[in-house]
Amino acid sequence: MATAWDYAPAPEARDIVRIQERYGLFIGGKFVEPLSGERYTTIDPAREEPLSEVAQANQADVNRAVKAARGAFEGTWSKLRPSERAKYLFRIARILQERSREFAVLESLNGGKPIRESRDVDIPLAAAHFFYYAGWADKLEYAFPNRKPRPVGVAGQIIPWNFPLLMLAWKIAPALAAGNTVVLKPAETTPLTALLFCDVVRQAELPPGVVNIVTGDGRTGAEIVAHPGVDKIAFTGSTEVGKAIQRTLAGTGKRLTLELGGKAANIIFDDAPLDQAVEGIINGIYFNQGHVCCAGSRLFVQESIYEATIAKLKRRMKTLRVGDPLDKNTDVGAINSKQQLEKITSLVQSGVDEGAELYQPPCKLPERGYWFVPTVFTNVAQSYRIAQEEIFGPVLSVLTFRTPDEAIEKANNTPYGLSAGVWTEKGSRILAMAQRLRAGVVWANTYNRFDPASPFGGYKESGFGREGGRHGLEAYVALDDA
Amino acid sequence: MATAPALPGGFELPLEPRLPRLGSVDAVALEERADVLSKRSIKRESKVFALDLAIRMMDLTTLEGADTPGKVAALSSKGIRPDPTDPGIPSVAAICVYPNLVPYALERTRGTDVKVASVATAFPSGQSPLEVKLEETRWVVEAGAQEVDMVIDRGAFLSGRYAQVYDEIVRVKEICAGRAHLKVIIETGELGTYDNVRRASLLAIAGGADFIKTSTGKAATNATLPVALCMLEVIRDVHEETGRVVGMKVAGGIRQSKQAVQFLVQVYETLGLAWLTPDRYRIGASTLLNDVLMQIRKERTGRYQNPDYFTVD
Repeated sequence: MATAWDYAPAPEARDIVRIQERYGLFIGGKFVEPLSGERYTTIDPAREEPLSEVAQANQADVNRAVKAARGAFEGTWSKLRPSERAKYLFRIARILQERSREFAVLESLNGGKPIRESRDVDIPLAAAHFFYYAGWADKLEYAFPNRKPRPVGVAGQIIPWNFPLLMLAWKIAPALAAGNTVVLKPAETTPLTALLFCDVVRQAELPPGVVNIVTGDGRTGAEIVAHPGVDKIAFTGSTEVGKAIQRTLAGTGKRLTLELGGKAANIIFDDAPLDQAVEGIINGIYFNQGHVCCAGSRLFVQESIYEATIAKLKRRMKTLRVGDPLDKNTDVGAINSKQQLEKITSLVQSGVDEGAELYQPPCKLPERGYWFVPTVFTNVAQSYRIAQEEIFGPVLSVLTFRTPDEAIEKANNTPYGLSAGVWTEKGSRILAMAQRLRAGVVWANTYNRFDPASPFGGYKESGFGREGGRHGLEAYVALDDA
Repeated sequence: MATAPALPGGFELPLEPRLPRLGSVDAVALEERADVLSKRSIKRESKVFALDLAIRMMDLTTLEGADTPGKVAALSSKGIRPDPTDPGIPSVAAICVYPNLVPYALERTRGTDVKVASVATAFPSGQSPLEVKLEETRWVVEAGAQEVDMVIDRGAFLSGRYAQVYDEIVRVKEICAGRAHLKVIIETGELGTYDNVRRASLLAIAGGADFIKTSTGKAATNATLPVALCMLEVIRDVHEETGRVVGMKVAGGIRQSKQAVQFLVQVYETLGLAWLTPDRYRIGASTLLNDVLMQIRKERTGRYQNPDYFTVD
């Protein structure tokens, strides 16, 4: 009799992706050498191996990109018939679907997320966003009746490293549908799928300059934010940087939407379907290694089912498969960067120091790369740092409550307000909770579900503005106020 | 512990924190989990391990009006030695037949480890008087069947007469106790919801089932992955709360190796290695065996062989 059923490695083939040795900046429909002359190395966080050299754009580069975007906006894109814009967006969506495996492998290579997630979540959703907004392009009059929607101009878009291609789709699809052109900066650590997307842009024969991709670190982002030729800034990332952007833009008249951090409450009532609720907890916090702004990082369990829930949760954690992101059986992949790993490690240490009880399942981590064992803290007080600060890693803090009122009070007691989850069999309770939770998204008996038709965004320090759905168009149209 | 004061029948006081006695199931999340597990990629030696296990767990089944002594004898021989050219291939767990054919299956399997299972209690509908069902059970046990696959009365269940369902299982169990293993078929395809699947599973376990089994194979929908997962979670809850071990049998519509492996992955990641044994998990199937044999040979030789090289029984 075997002592374990070890699944043989089932790696997705990586030879479908051809990564260039070095990349330029995608400006005006072609790759150009960076005027800065600088490049940096982007790596595979699971192996700590270099993948490619990408450009570090400076002020002159950003200026060039904004000019190209302005030219395309005034020359072609804003004058195009809306149904023509839709045609291009449909093309992009279809090409993304056709090349989905290539994108999935590259996303996992550069970002460390399991191929199962990039294949089943990131890439299909990215394509779905283009399909969805393609449909709106010639129906804007119906989205904003009697308000004469017009494009805003050039949008500067800065996206994070946790869902590189998906965030690109969230940003570019509505902007283009509404008739704007864009200058987009992918995150410093995960530029490769955005650079591959440039190939899709060319394949779709999008007019040059409509989509411009500039790579670089925070300095490049700051140049985009500060550029006078940009009409609108859309930023997804940390609350700290979001605040800095808002300060910079104050008084400039530029439009701004921010999608920032979160510390979501996942609330389990005693009548919840427990086994499925445990799946929801797991999916809420260990999905994408916890690198999710809406991650259910604070678990609130009703005290009467506390022990049963924790027992089930710990047992379930033992079955999580941590390892090679390209293995089709991997549930939890690599931490995105060394810097992030250090942040997670130090916050976890603070939890231990403050007196929370730590549990990590037995787990063999690869020797190279950035890894963190899925972690749960019990005995957490509301005042601990691990209950207050966004960890952005596979770390769950468990708290308890006695009544619905107490759950609401504790769940809302955070500077953030991006998302929340409620698990109960009682429909009326779901509605009552959703009404009182100060969170942009409330999931009932599920977690981390996304759909292009559903708006997403936060309250308080989680930002403002909505992405997705009809609401997502609002940031990209100028309206006549009746 | 304090004794609960008398309450109207059916009410139970929660005197200690514990899992809900009945509990509920969320369909969306259950199906999502089953879907994730079904996408596990099982290759090479881990696949051979699963295929070998699938044979050892198989209840090789024939349940047709056209079954004859000859057909059952042939099937039994196949079950004992599935691949005459390869002595490394194990025997199946049991041969599953209608009551009338039990003696023929027994005759052929005598002296081997292969058991004989008989369906009973007016299989597949269960729509007969209780006395008839009990008499049938008595008959197959006395005929020597080592395992009895009974069906629950879905008519009673769906009209809310749970006590009747429970009672019948208890009565059948009394006959089987000590002589034959009892598998209780809840026929999930007729129950309509996962909540019902959970409820029926608990009823069957409370009534004394050694195994709970998904389907007769005669309904429009048979063993699906989410249904099986739902039942495994019941078994897990019962085991954790009481320590009692209950087995699981999936049946109906499992024709390909890939499906069998998907079911086994579920068991492994839900109940662990302890349930990956024929004593605790069975797969009821009539045509699965040859596909498994073909896949095993493919894993060994690297190529698929013509179906004519595998015996048809």
